Amino acid sequence: MLEIHDLLNKLEIELKRIIIERQLSNPLMIGIRTGGVWIAEQMHQRLNITEPLGLLDISFYRDDFSQIGVNPNVKPSQLPPHIEGRDIILIDDVFYTGRTIRAALNEIFDYGRPNQVVLAVLITRDGRQIPLCPDCVGANITLNVNQRIKLTGPEHLAIELQTIEAA
Amino acid sequence: MTDNLQLNSEGKLKHFLTIDGLEKSLLTEILDIAESFVGINDHKIKKVPLLRGKTIVNLFFENSTRTRTTFELAANRLSADVLSMSISTSSTSKGESLLDTIRNLEAMFVDMFVVRHAISGAAHFIAQHTAPHISVINAGDGQHAHPTQAMLDMFTIRQIKKDFSNLRVAIIGDILHSRVARSQIQALNTLGVAEVRVIAPKTLLPAHVESLGVNVSHNLTAGLKDIDVIIMLRLQKERMTSALLPSESEYFKCFGLTEDKLKIAKPDAIVMHPGPINRGVEIESKVADGPQSVILKQVSNGIAIRMAIMAMTMQKQGVM
Repeated sequence: MLEIHDLLNKLEIELKRIIIERQLSNPLMIGIRTGGVWIAEQMHQRLNITEPLGLLDISFYRDDFSQIGVNPNVKPSQLPPHIEGRDIILIDDVFYTGRTIRAALNEIFDYGRPNQVVLAVLITRDGRQIPLCPDCVGANITLNVNQRIKLTGPEHLAIELQTIEAA
Repeated sequence: MTDNLQLNSEGKLKHFLTIDGLEKSLLTEILDIAESFVGINDHKIKKVPLLRGKTIVNLFFENSTRTRTTFELAANRLSADVLSMSISTSSTSKGESLLDTIRNLEAMFVDMFVVRHAISGAAHFIAQHTAPHISVINAGDGQHAHPTQAMLDMFTIRQIKKDFSNLRVAIIGDILHSRVARSQIQALNTLGVAEVRVIAPKTLLPAHVESLGVNVSHNLTAGLKDIDVIIMLRLQKERMTSALLPSESEYFKCFGLTEDKLKIAKPDAIVMHPGPINRGVEIESKVADGPQSVILKQVSNGIAIRMAIMAMTMQKQGVM
């Protein structure tokens, strides 16, 4: 149903559009671990951005710490030291409740105050819980409550539709 | 609840009181999480919101500078509210009065106690008697354990040596009175080093020290051969009065680490010390400040490791 290459192409076009529209100058691209980084790597290459890709691990900024605890596989975020005044393109694979993006923005702002941030995601699905929405989208889909969409990779990127078994 | 007071029913860390009884996988998890906290030093705002709204009380019944301040900083960087109390033990005695202190603080909606006490088992005692949602971290109890110091030492060793399996580690000095040494030996053996060697005069070794899983040497020159990591312990000067040692200068001559003696160890050996150091007693200044010394790195790492342990004990707060 969803062909990864079509989505990547669409996202690339959307990003080129927003760079002009929002007049992003020398944008810093940041991918959210793990899937967001894979998408960001693709876009980083397609848009010929020379500055290294920023990597964000939002584990320490999640709002469900007291329920799920610390992720033992958390990796340090890698962002350049000067975020102050920068134009940032933030990339994730799936936009769902919006909580990940809230956490990511909180973390980015702890590094400094960017000039503007645009959000690009490969797929947006229904189920928003926070008043945030992406600026660039590869595809919009609607799923059942027990369905989940997942990006697999990084060798061969593919989209997987999973059904969560009732416990 | 499991048999181990330190773990909740899901096997997660609830209290951190001793290395004893913790598995390698858990120690490794602490090191891994600490690793990612090191990156926070790059933030303009050196804080993460993990423990926002939590109240942590540092209860220090014994003096400390490094440990207390790094615990404070660690709690601050996790966005917790911290209260540090130095309590003179002279006015309190173990038992009811300690419990009274705890009850009073509990009434102020505390989430965690970080405890240092001159009596072995004090942190354990508090963990047993405190309210179920409260976590307790041992910041040193008597001659028993100082597990966060041991973990920051393990973190420093891993940072430099990468892997524990081939390492030969020497712990030198007053093993008898050292809670740090006890915790280090447990951590090193759990993480699977090739050898832990203790080097000390007979009077500063506990009876049956071999049962802790160490080799013993009474001679620094012979004992340093093939060593990758040298851990010097502070000679607790107050022990001198109890006639365990002839004199400071005599001790330095036999067990003090000098540049010449350091050459006996492997050329890339690192020198560690939990602090505070007695220059010219257990270690020469040239060595303490030299290129092989990682003593200040240990201090910096104390923040990340304490952040990791505090965050881990607070996760799933309330799960028994």
